[in-house]
Amino acid sequence: MQIAHIKQEINITDALMARINELLSHYPADKKKSALLPVLHEVQDAHDNWLSIELQDKVAEILEIKPVEVYEVVTFYTMFNQKPIGKYMFEFCRTSCCAIRGAEDLMDYTCQKLGIKEGETTPDGMFTVVGVECLGACGYAPMLQIGDYYKEHLTKEKMDALIEECKAGKIDLHKQDHYTE
Amino acid sequence: MKVTIDGQSIEVEPGTTILQAARMIGGESVPPAMCYYSKLKGSGGKCRCCLVEVSKGSEADPRPMPKLMASCVTGVMDGMEVNSISSQRVLDARKSVTEFLLINHPLDCPVCDQAGECDLQNLSFKHGTGKTRFIEEKRTFEPENIGDKIQLHMNRCILCYRCVMVADQLTDNRVHGVMNRGDHSQISTCISKAIDNEFSGNMIDVCPVGALTDKTFRFKQRVWFNKPFNAHRDCDKCCGKTTLWMFGDEIQRVTARKDEYHEVEDFICNECRFEHKNPADWVIEGPRKFEKDSVINQNNYTRKLEKVTIKTEKNILLGRDQDRNKISMPDVPLTEQGKKKLKEGNV
Amino acid sequence: MGRKILLEHANVPGIKTYEVYRKMGGYTSVEKAIKSMTPDEVVEEVKTSGLRGRGGAGFPTGLKWSFIDKKSGNPRHLVCNADESEPGTFKDRYLMEYIPHLLIEGMITSSYALGANLSYIYIRGEYMWVYRILENAIKEAYAAGWLGKNILGSGFDLDLYVHCGAGAYICGEETALIESLEGKRGNPRIKPPFPAVKGLWQEPTVVNNVESIAAVPWIVNNSGEEYAKIGVGRSTGTKLISASGHIKNPGVYEIDLGLSVDEFMNSDEYLGGMMDDRPLKALVPGGSSVPILPAHLIYKNAEGGDRLMTYESLSEGGFATGSMLGSGGFIVYNDTACIVRNTWNFSRFYHHESCGQCSPCREGTGWLEGVLHRIETGHGREEDIDLLWDIQSKIEGNTICPLGDAAAWPVAAAIRHFRDEFEYHIRFPERIKNRDHFVAEPFEKVKHLVAKQEI
Repeated sequence: MQIAHIKQEINITDALMARINELLSHYPADKKKSALLPVLHEVQDAHDNWLSIELQDKVAEILEIKPVEVYEVVTFYTMFNQKPIGKYMFEFCRTSCCAIRGAEDLMDYTCQKLGIKEGETTPDGMFTVVGVECLGACGYAPMLQIGDYYKEHLTKEKMDALIEECKAGKIDLHKQDHYTE
Repeated sequence: MKVTIDGQSIEVEPGTTILQAARMIGGESVPPAMCYYSKLKGSGGKCRCCLVEVSKGSEADPRPMPKLMASCVTGVMDGMEVNSISSQRVLDARKSVTEFLLINHPLDCPVCDQAGECDLQNLSFKHGTGKTRFIEEKRTFEPENIGDKIQLHMNRCILCYRCVMVADQLTDNRVHGVMNRGDHSQISTCISKAIDNEFSGNMIDVCPVGALTDKTFRFKQRVWFNKPFNAHRDCDKCCGKTTLWMFGDEIQRVTARKDEYHEVEDFICNECRFEHKNPADWVIEGPRKFEKDSVINQNNYTRKLEKVTIKTEKNILLGRDQDRNKISMPDVPLTEQGKKKLKEGNV
Repeated sequence: MGRKILLEHANVPGIKTYEVYRKMGGYTSVEKAIKSMTPDEVVEEVKTSGLRGRGGAGFPTGLKWSFIDKKSGNPRHLVCNADESEPGTFKDRYLMEYIPHLLIEGMITSSYALGANLSYIYIRGEYMWVYRILENAIKEAYAAGWLGKNILGSGFDLDLYVHCGAGAYICGEETALIESLEGKRGNPRIKPPFPAVKGLWQEPTVVNNVESIAAVPWIVNNSGEEYAKIGVGRSTGTKLISASGHIKNPGVYEIDLGLSVDEFMNSDEYLGGMMDDRPLKALVPGGSSVPILPAHLIYKNAEGGDRLMTYESLSEGGFATGSMLGSGGFIVYNDTACIVRNTWNFSRFYHHESCGQCSPCREGTGWLEGVLHRIETGHGREEDIDLLWDIQSKIEGNTICPLGDAAAWPVAAAIRHFRDEFEYHIRFPERIKNRDHFVAEPFEKVKHLVAKQEI
């Protein structure tokens, strides 16, 4: 397996380190590895939503585990990105319940509008469109995930509006209030 | 504890697995094992080749177990009755597991160094069919270089996890593991790092297929043309007990000594494996014997070899006069003109 | 009108906050359990209630609790399985999003029953905003003294944290979940040993679904006997059903077990019937893993008896004519849905979500998807239907964890009940070119093309 080598600026800020330490405190002192998934989420969020090998090595160092233990985990779980992605990643659920309520058509529409294929990123690095498996919003289909949030009951019009909002910089991917829209 | 497998009973210690009990009994009842490795802690349960039917749970709870059980990770209970080769259900399951393992396997045995000592070959010989029902495109992986000692052929891998356990249990710094998931799971270092530590070579020995082979032996010889000898040397890192794979006076390969289940008797260090290819470095004990159905016995020098005659050979050679010019066949003398032509080349 | 146990206060403004939740009677089960009951008495109440695991398997919760190894003296853990990922299921999310404190309260009472002092809620990573809601609720509970050292002066200590996954359906399997909680790949463990003996960090652990744990406070407050009065037979209590598909009112509903499928589907209190005038074609009653039912087996079982929303009634007739209640993911299809495409869709899901550890699942799920995709795109062969049947039957029961069964069952049921649709796809590839081919021309209209010729 070859990972394309793309340089990533690593910046473990004090705030991030404080959050990592908070997460570590949730597990017994000799079970630091248990914090791996939550820590990777935090680190990824703070680094343009992707994890380079160097960044994964850094996480291994913080948790005092072998780098390969981090690689194994990062490649297993779909939410960790191993290469840079668009600033706004539209993750369309396309499993049965969403598919029968028009998710595939909506994804095609979005791809066409952005001029990309599923899995691709626009040349300006703004948007990525991917089809993912069940996100647990079956009754509110079609829907997509963007950052930490779900956008549900979508239509073409709502999709157009969402794209405009993204372009205008009005979408906060990880805002810290507690409720979805 | 008493356990009965295919009608044969044996007394075993508590904690023994069905597979271990079957191995104590021996013979045809021993389930095949592609991932279990008695010397590696936590191995087994994954390949599902060793499924058996438990027709009686125990003396205390005689109910049969509804599902087939992986014999390598199922402990025996007193009074347990197990059907291995005597159950059609078990044979069917083994057949389907074999099929599952083969659908994405490249079937490149003719160019695979493992051929002749491959557990998957043995398994498919016993439980496979000659035909495939799989017409989809086979899964393939990008090649990855993991150093100058070990050749990784991920397409052949059956994900037994043995090599990962070797790295975990024999060395203190594992640099490879299983990446990705599902049918794209793969053995990798993720960063094409050389796997290099004193015991990394054991990954080759534990690999049941040709996914990890000895790079220094690559394409050198079909294993059945080698003569295996038990040998030893004083080694400060390992037991120093090995099998030397000779061709004439040349040591072409060094491996650990493997038992009838193809498990090593003792792990050996990389120095013994890779750095002592001079026969003078070794005390040769004698020929290494293999189970009677092993293809390695093709070159068995411990008994007199009969000359093989191919009945149709004569017919094959008929009408191939012109081929004799091109192909070296010492038994078929060339004409004078032919010799001349051959010297000139460009035939 | 069904009674509400879990969602009683779901619509109270501000119920997400500790103050309002407490005002509505929240945390009384913790008080009652800790002050007036022994842990074993709580376990007994839950046993009496007949509460069955709401994650899908339906194993009695009280019984599961009683298996936890208390003798060894090793630290014990309760882990809440909030890795809700079964297609069609979104009830746990609803519960956690709207009444987070109910889960926290359930976790405290249940941890007390099990003697667990360090417990976790494992939530799927995609529910990141719910993760934050829970983190916040836990903070509030600590501040109010319901968590931490010496709760209510009883000497009982409990630390509770949320742990997030990162996108892996398999982590809903309890041993894979434990592996993931340990910071590893979500590979299910070989059992035995069971988590009740060796679970999280090799210590005794119980893993329970969100909905199961959320039912505990009511049981402790009102007694297991009262809970057992709701429902029918061994299906006691209320159940959250996540409804989706071609129905008028998709969403999460709390029903008394024993409600008829007909009433649930068609009354305005629940799903309100189909979304438009296209007729009902099929139903997946318990999440993608359970067998699909054709229209004639939905309201009535094969014997003509009413089909009820219970574990037993939905599985009447076995796999030949029945299905399962599973996790309560109720997916309704009208005649625009293509069963072949839908089966391929499910297979793609399981192929994508297989952990890759054991051979039948790793290789078989991909094979199933490949063959189904060929049929769906018009490249099927007659022998492919039998091939699919054979592959699924060889995966089922031969894998380490239930994902293999879950991948096999939908394929088996689709072939069992809708074989002619597969034949239609194979014999008339030009008619199924568009993925919405049944919108203009439902299968009922073309069925005669594949009908067996009587000579």
